[in-house]
Amino acid sequence: MSDVVTLRYDVIPGDFIKAGEASSDVKKKLMDIGISPDVIRKTAIAMYEGEINMVIHSLGGYAEISIYPNEITILLVDNGPGIDNVEQAMSAGFTTAPDDIRELGFGAGMGFPNMKKYTDEMIVESQPGIGTRVMMKVNI
Amino acid sequence: MTIRDVMDALGARLITGEEWLEREVHVACGSDMMSDVLAFLKDQSVLLTGLCNPQVIRTAEMMDIICIVFVRGKYPDETIIEMAKERGIVLLASGHRMFSACGKLYEKGLRGGAPYR
Repeated sequence: MSDVVTLRYDVIPGDFIKAGEASSDVKKKLMDIGISPDVIRKTAIAMYEGEINMVIHSLGGYAEISIYPNEITILLVDNGPGIDNVEQAMSAGFTTAPDDIRELGFGAGMGFPNMKKYTDEMIVESQPGIGTRVMMKVNI
Repeated sequence: MTIRDVMDALGARLITGEEWLEREVHVACGSDMMSDVLAFLKDQSVLLTGLCNPQVIRTAEMMDIICIVFVRGKYPDETIIEMAKERGIVLLASGHRMFSACGKLYEKGLRGGAPYR
């Protein structure tokens, strides 16, 4: 596989029924390409957590997945509201999610820690009022 | 232990996935918080949960979880059952509360993996 495959999905804020559909589609495509199950699972979990984060917290945005010969990159870009303190947001257990989100099974403050755990590289850039950009890499 | 053994130990009702009942389960995880479940990566696992929404199936899909037990009488709607069917995930329903359901499976030798680091 020498060509780069790129997949792009819009992420709709607040849509909990559809949340995860993009990650599910990425998982299927990676299986079709023949990527190893271990790499697929790490990619799928990291992207799913990111997608859920965007559905809960963002004003909408997109996810772009690129499959290179040696790595998979997951780029998540949203249109705000941005994160005040990225370092704090990265710590396990920290959450700003409201109670109704916890009733849905999320908002335990494990999203970012899980994304970091399952990827080989993760960079979070955020500007309050502008938006957040998360770039993750999984080595193949 | 097979999924059928899990079903018998809990006296659980099969919702979908009869064709997968002989699959082996190696480890289990019990939680209503999907982020906690997503922190737990093990092969051929069973998830016990009192949460009943489409994100439970999505979480199981991402984790390659092969069986979900809905505890304390929770029962999924048709959309959720259909999602599980498409993905080959077995769904069971148990009237036991979480603690008792986990205890019954532990008693039969099923374990939860190493402590969280």
